[in-house]
Amino acid sequence: MLRFALRRALSTVVVLWAISVMVFLIFFGTPGVDPALRIAGRDASPQVVATVRHEYGLDKPLPVRYALMMYHLLIRRDITSYVNPGLKVVPEIASAVPVTLSLVIGAAVIWMLVGLAMGLVGGALRGSPIDPLLTAVGVLGVSLPVYWLGEVVNLITQSRLHGSLFSWVPPPGYVSPAQSLSGWALHLLFPWLTLAVLYAGIYSRVFRAELVTALGEDYVRTARAKGISERRVLFRHAARCSLIPVISLFGLDFGALVGGGALVTEVVFGLPGIGLLTYNSLQTLDLPVIMGTVLYAAFFVVLANAVVDVFYAALDPRVRRA
Amino acid sequence: MPSPLGSPAVVLEALLEVRDLHVTFRTRNGLVTAVDGLSFSVLPGEVLGIVGESGSGKSVSMLSLLRLIRDRNMQITGEVIFNGADLLTMPEQQLRALRGREIAVIFQDALTALTPVYTIGWHIVEQIRAHEPISKREARARAVRLLEEVGIPNAERRMDNYPHEFSGGMRQRVLIAMALSCNPRLLVADEPTTALDVTTQAQILDLMLELRKAHGSAIIIITHDMGVVYEIADRLLVMYSGRAVEQGPTRSVFRDPRHPYTWGLLGSIPQFTATGAKRLQAIPGSPPSPLRVPEGCVFAPRCRFRHEACSERPRLRGGDDHLDACWLPDEAKEKLRGETLAYAGGGREGDHAGSGAR
Repeated sequence: MLRFALRRALSTVVVLWAISVMVFLIFFGTPGVDPALRIAGRDASPQVVATVRHEYGLDKPLPVRYALMMYHLLIRRDITSYVNPGLKVVPEIASAVPVTLSLVIGAAVIWMLVGLAMGLVGGALRGSPIDPLLTAVGVLGVSLPVYWLGEVVNLITQSRLHGSLFSWVPPPGYVSPAQSLSGWALHLLFPWLTLAVLYAGIYSRVFRAELVTALGEDYVRTARAKGISERRVLFRHAARCSLIPVISLFGLDFGALVGGGALVTEVVFGLPGIGLLTYNSLQTLDLPVIMGTVLYAAFFVVLANAVVDVFYAALDPRVRRA
Repeated sequence: MPSPLGSPAVVLEALLEVRDLHVTFRTRNGLVTAVDGLSFSVLPGEVLGIVGESGSGKSVSMLSLLRLIRDRNMQITGEVIFNGADLLTMPEQQLRALRGREIAVIFQDALTALTPVYTIGWHIVEQIRAHEPISKREARARAVRLLEEVGIPNAERRMDNYPHEFSGGMRQRVLIAMALSCNPRLLVADEPTTALDVTTQAQILDLMLELRKAHGSAIIIITHDMGVVYEIADRLLVMYSGRAVEQGPTRSVFRDPRHPYTWGLLGSIPQFTATGAKRLQAIPGSPPSPLRVPEGCVFAPRCRFRHEACSERPRLRGGDDHLDACWLPDEAKEKLRGETLAYAGGGREGDHAGSGAR
């Protein structure tokens, strides 16, 4: 177990390093992209550009610049934005994390409850008219793009019906739970639902398919032959085994979302999370911020993978090693 | 078997009586008849062997007895009287109380037959506690005893192992222990030895016979292996294409088989004589598609002895306990079978090389 954890940690470091090098090369090593020109601004004189280049250390060789950037990003943690001088990247990311976590955890609770319930009912009642109905709802959820759904939700709750039905909906934005718990939940309610629709659709489809497969397995027949209740057959035998792949999928999705995958939802609802930070920094090609958010995202994805592996072993004795 | 009235007639009353069982499936291509008018009975403590090739309806008929097939397109008709009650019409609740307790099933592949995420101890305890209101600890103690009884070494420790941590033979023993945990009166074993190698097969069969003595369960064993039924069965039911073609005491069927299909099955057992091994005799052709079952005798298209009478469906008949569904006159059968054997004997090992060169 210790060796497993060590190997895992080592590979995490290697993956993160590779990602940082790639991002660095894309933005600094690509011919024709000169960060100094961007920082100096439009119509800057060559002298200004040269000063900027020297000030930001952009006249040094690439490996040295990479090392300097990593040093300031990871060790000194004082790297500043190119676009808003004085804005420190690391605290900026740290303050965005709770927003993203609030959004993703809330949405995850909703989509797991709804998706698994839909999948369970659909799989257990296969052949009845309820099953295709749930399938249609699930496919609809998967097919609605978040940017469209989010805008429509905003349109309805903030504008068209804001005067009547949705007068209780606060304006887009984020309120910390420390400040007001109900405000936090109210601000996040529609972002949660919007983000959860897509995933609830996916998870209901996946879980239903797994459940239908499991219900056709020999062990379910054995369980029925034992004379236990159909409910127990469904929950303790079929659903228990069908959950294994769903849980591992969940770990990966959750990691990606916490890493910034909820970008569109955050942008649409004006939530100052990791996604919005990444979006803004990409708009302005603010390289230190991009580097910071990308490394942070990669770290979460890799971490989620490791957690999934550990969970998988706990859930499925077949992959456990003595 | 305990019998409240104690008179011999009551003791001999069938434990399970199946009358005119039909199982049909509605499919896209039409109605498929998987079991077509099957009737048989099992006495308390008796071992009935059901043989036939794949697709002959053996497993389907047994699973449908316990209504274990959940297919909206399936229809079962007939009567299955167990202990005086019809399994096919009784409420699900009542049938569930019988499953596992009175009638237990052992399935073919124990690796896929056990839920992979639970230990074998969990499985057996679940089985016991489904029918008896005893504590987990008592159930566990009984499970350990059962595992010891079926010959699993270190039973106490092995309780906490998962199905994939056992070998095929050991897994089959686990399944047997689980099936016997409530002392069922009838044990249905669906190809219990098919997935095992020959030595393990023999051990499992011995075990089943021993346990029958200890627990007094009647056994229905489904197999395509004539060797297995010869070892274990008191009576034999030969199935072909969803119908019973021959039925009788095992000895009698082996010594004096009356249906040409049974001759074929017996001809496909390897035999060794002083002059060398006999070539195995295959039955020509393949079983009919269940969508297009012949009008008359189902075996007729593959039978060397078919004649006009075969266009009409033969019923199981016979004076004694040994029944068959064939239109050939009984007197002629012995001679005709002799012909079959001679025909088979024509291909001894000796001229194998010659036939290979052709």
